[in-house]
Amino acid sequence: MSIVTEIARWIIPFLLFFIPLYAYLHKVPVYETFVEGAENGFKTAVKIIPFLIGMLVAIGVFVDSGALEIITNLCRPFFIKMGWNPDLLGIIPLAIMRPLSGSGSLGVATQLILQYGPDSFIGRLASTLQGSTDTTFFVLAVYFGSVGIRKHSYAVKVGLLADAVGLIASIWIVSRVFG
Amino acid sequence: MVNLIWLLMLLVGIITAALTGNIDQVTESALKAAELGIEVAIQLMGVMSLWLGLMHIAEKAGLIQSLAKICSPAIRKIFPSLKKDSPAFGPIIMNLCANLLGLGNAATPFGLKAMQELQKENPVPDTASPAMITFLALNTSCITIVPATIIGVRMKAGSVNPTEIIGTTIFATACAMTAAIIVDYLFRKRNRV
Repeated sequence: MSIVTEIARWIIPFLLFFIPLYAYLHKVPVYETFVEGAENGFKTAVKIIPFLIGMLVAIGVFVDSGALEIITNLCRPFFIKMGWNPDLLGIIPLAIMRPLSGSGSLGVATQLILQYGPDSFIGRLASTLQGSTDTTFFVLAVYFGSVGIRKHSYAVKVGLLADAVGLIASIWIVSRVFG
Repeated sequence: MVNLIWLLMLLVGIITAALTGNIDQVTESALKAAELGIEVAIQLMGVMSLWLGLMHIAEKAGLIQSLAKICSPAIRKIFPSLKKDSPAFGPIIMNLCANLLGLGNAATPFGLKAMQELQKENPVPDTASPAMITFLALNTSCITIVPATIIGVRMKAGSVNPTEIIGTTIFATACAMTAAIIVDYLFRKRNRV
């Protein structure tokens, strides 16, 4: 395992060790302070419930209906006409799913990796895509919902444009490095 | 725009299900998703309490402020509307660090804390402020150094080299993040006029 994965393994134990110790040495009443801060966790989590449910219901209905497959099939003639590798079609459900739902896209990515093999082009592309970009709509619903923002202004456009660039960059770099 | 996307997802889903003789699926998915919303919130409750508690200790000890001071020159350029010593910088930086390391469940509490701080400086409380949108853009496109979950999936699937996608992931997220910063900057400029 590389250094970065080791850091990821150690970082949480380190923070749990270092922050309370440092604070205690600086005369902070660590336990009481922890409880005070933790109280907000409950309140915030309750506040985001309506936003979460609204998003999840729409995403759930859309995804489970089989609409993703139909969209993929509609794209097929276009891909062939453009002379693109039809293998790339496999990635469309993941590309649509990625900004919508974290667990959903992990499911699609896992299925693609198992179906095509982890070391195939699609397998590597699915891995890269899943590893990059966050679920824009989850962040949007939860973050804005938690403070009662209802008008999102141009936030959705910025988030989705960034996702689109992430998708194109993933396809480009995976084709170059492994292609 | 979010209203339209929400409506489209529902309508396209229901029409597809109806045309493919799958209409029962709609009922089941909708109810299941509603339950899932509560599950996610409860899971989040635990992790959020843990991290917000820990962060409160770090705050009281002055650690967050020092971290914010070290990172702020770069971050401040991206958030020009925030005050120089805004208390939002601390959680923003913690959130980005957690994202960087692929610690999704630690990132969310910091992100929500940052939103609360940003909301205090927001002149129109029901509308997203430019700083909030910048934060959202950074958040959804943040560079990931350790995509831990997907490495696990690749391992289980029997990959010869499960970590080989770290490089491509860093590149793709770097592009997305750069794009997010630029696009956000352009939108912010256009909206001001």
